[in-house]
Amino acid sequence: MAETIVRKRTYFVVWAILMVLTALTAAVSFVNLGQWNAPVALAIASGKAMLVALFFMHLRYEHSKIIWLWVLAGLFWLTILFFLSMTDFGTRQFLNVPGK
Amino acid sequence: MATATQVVEKENYLNVNYGIKSWLLTTDHKRIGLLYLFTITMFFFLGGFFALLIRLELLTPSGDMVQTDIYNRLFTMHGIVMIFLFLIPSIPAVFGNFFIPMMIGARDMAFPKINLLSWYLLLGGGALILYSIVTGGTDTGWTFYAPFSTQYSNSQVIAAALGIFVAGFSSILTGLNFIVTIHRMRAPGLTWVRLPLFIWSNYATAIIQVLGTPVLAITLALVFLERVFHIGFFNAQLGGDPLLFQHLFWFYSHPAVYIMILPSMGVISEVIPCFARKRIFGYAFVAMSSIAIAVFGFLVWAHHMFVSGMSVYAALVFSLLSYAVAVPSAVKVFNWTATMYKGSIHLRTPMLYALGFIGLFTMGGMTGLFLACLGIDVHVTDTYFVVAHFHYIMVGGAVMGYMAALHFWWPKITGKMYSEVWGKVAAVIIFLGFNLTFFPLFVAGYMGMPRRYHVYAPEFQVLNVFSTAGASILGIGYLLPLIYLFWSLRYGKPAGDNPWSAAGLEWTAASPPPTHNFEETPVVTWEAYNYHELPDMPEEDAGVSRI
Amino acid sequence: MSAESSHGSFIAGNLASSVSAHALQHQFADLEQQRESSTLGMWVFLITEVMFFGGMFAVYLINRALHPVAFLEASQHMLFWAGAVNTIVLICSSLFVALAVHAAQEGHRKQIVCFLLLALLLGLVFLGIKGYEYHGHWVEHKVPGPAFQFEGTDPIHSEVFFELYFVMTGFHALHMLIGVGLVAAIAWFAWRGHYTPAYHNAVDNVGLYWHFVDIIWIFLFPLLYLISHKHVP
Repeated sequence: MAETIVRKRTYFVVWAILMVLTALTAAVSFVNLGQWNAPVALAIASGKAMLVALFFMHLRYEHSKIIWLWVLAGLFWLTILFFLSMTDFGTRQFLNVPGK
Repeated sequence: MATATQVVEKENYLNVNYGIKSWLLTTDHKRIGLLYLFTITMFFFLGGFFALLIRLELLTPSGDMVQTDIYNRLFTMHGIVMIFLFLIPSIPAVFGNFFIPMMIGARDMAFPKINLLSWYLLLGGGALILYSIVTGGTDTGWTFYAPFSTQYSNSQVIAAALGIFVAGFSSILTGLNFIVTIHRMRAPGLTWVRLPLFIWSNYATAIIQVLGTPVLAITLALVFLERVFHIGFFNAQLGGDPLLFQHLFWFYSHPAVYIMILPSMGVISEVIPCFARKRIFGYAFVAMSSIAIAVFGFLVWAHHMFVSGMSVYAALVFSLLSYAVAVPSAVKVFNWTATMYKGSIHLRTPMLYALGFIGLFTMGGMTGLFLACLGIDVHVTDTYFVVAHFHYIMVGGAVMGYMAALHFWWPKITGKMYSEVWGKVAAVIIFLGFNLTFFPLFVAGYMGMPRRYHVYAPEFQVLNVFSTAGASILGIGYLLPLIYLFWSLRYGKPAGDNPWSAAGLEWTAASPPPTHNFEETPVVTWEAYNYHELPDMPEEDAGVSRI
Repeated sequence: MSAESSHGSFIAGNLASSVSAHALQHQFADLEQQRESSTLGMWVFLITEVMFFGGMFAVYLINRALHPVAFLEASQHMLFWAGAVNTIVLICSSLFVALAVHAAQEGHRKQIVCFLLLALLLGLVFLGIKGYEYHGHWVEHKVPGPAFQFEGTDPIHSEVFFELYFVMTGFHALHMLIGVGLVAAIAWFAWRGHYTPAYHNAVDNVGLYWHFVDIIWIFLFPLLYLISHKHVP
């Protein structure tokens, strides 16, 4: 399978969306949303990252399922690292032991 | 061509050109495999030398051979050299590199130059670790726990950590090469379910190498930064947490033990069918188990931290997951055993090692389950019980698998047969020496002898004397192959293409193979382990085909 | 990564077939297999980088979860505009790299070089702004170590924030520097006529690397600069 040639127009549209999202995340950060600032910022960042990966990095046009598998595996492994470590750090305060 | 009356040696990867440059700048995966063989053999005997000193010291309960500080360095360097410079590369770098392209009908790896770079990175890492040894060594244990490694140790932590960092990239690149090669370079007709299980095992190993080692890299980098610039991620006084180091370290180092065992399991999956003349039982289950071990292996790391002060709730989660990870390994042991049932068993040297593997790995694996149980672990952690457990897996398992591979594929690599008598003698000596060395340590540990101490209570001395005696026998056992394998290079019988009448594409090439492996790219239309279609194994010492 | 084409002599210029013939490595059956292998290899390498940075993100995550106030206060000392401008700079550089790959696919030699040089320039701008920021932190005693000074609720953990800041942006900047070197190298090879529509793996792969470094920054920006809603302008 030959490479897909993505139209230049697509790149410019994606770039424009990325600019808008950057402005959005910057603007939202001035508003006090309490505990929601972090999730919103991370959601926008994830959206931007997805756009870069899908369009600039051609993941959207990638025929190879293996590459998709490896990308998802990497994200999954990152989740394992974060989540399972937090089972320790996140549950220490449940113990009624002084100093813990 | 020569017109002489004597037999002219066919051109193969060994004699195609000569000279040190043709080896040091080679991109032939087979030559790179041999470069690795040479390198890791040296590291094995270096690590073994440290083991010898440790066992000599432990003959007596008092610390009379070396000072405590030196003893700490001995067991640390033994661990670092054996794990990072021998076990982690061992089977993948030597036999994976040599045989993966051949098993899939390819001419070379996907990235031959990166393959060579991997070897140089291992040398570079090894050089840094050697430097750390000759300038005094490290005394932190191979586990580098903070805050000792980051603040208080006055030893060559930085050099050793840097050495492991560099060697880690060797491992990552090897894994990457395997993944791309196995995905993209298979011969026509070679679907995944027709692949030898050695390929599946090395693929699973590569998954771990690629996803786990980078976390070790960043952890060691942070240790370096903490030691040099006094930043405080792992330092409680500066707002950090020593347990954070342990989490990050073990996130790699537990899956690392599966890097060390999976390739050996792959070897056993090749040897047992060949020497039982029977297709492997439950191919799909064995293949899936390899992948399952790679995945599950990443979910259990904190079982090394049960007594560290981590949250008990997290400990419960990790204990449960640790039981789960044993299941795919058990599946494999069951399948190997079932393969032998009603097979035609040929007890040749590779098979002796494979049988030894099954027994010893099972014992090591079972004792791992004991350790996964929180109640038992609190009692035996940091004792010789743990030491015995992991040596049963690493030596009784991984090294036996390595020896099986060496003796199985030696004819293909060199074109020569070794002395079967000496092969069997060495295998038996190794098996007996191993058990004498490490079984007493289970008992000592259970009775309370702590690890990483060279002074111990006198009631443990008898067990330690047995262990040291066993270690001497084990050492002799390992030296024997060095002798008879070298001897076979000069005086061994020519092996012929397929002395074991084994299945697998590598056995269809000449022994030793030509540089490009196959005259024509094979087209595969048969299933793996088609032993019902192959002639029986030639008898020992039967005339083998001449080149 | 396997695609550097310094196999002995090669013919400069755009004779596609002769350049392609030199470009095929012996272990591959055809250029298609080589390209697919090269791309998979690059993606797997990027996944190793994800795990490498992932370790640092894990340290960040745990420390921020345990000490949110300290991190919030520390982040107020970040230069918001520097972070925002750098984000824009990197996204624009990614656009140029994507356009360079497009030019390589269509065989426009001069365009490849132009776009790559623009990306390289923006990369250097990024590093310049980063250097300016680092200098500023140094002057204001925000570099962790003996000179560190911080007025806040929990200065010890605010120092941890700055340690993370320097380690994460430091490794990121190191990767940027390597990226700048790689872009310069392939710009040179492109100028020499090395790449054709049939063979331009290096451009693709360096592009993937560059976009990855951009993605890391896309996450660093909110995590380091946007924690507090009160920013230093």
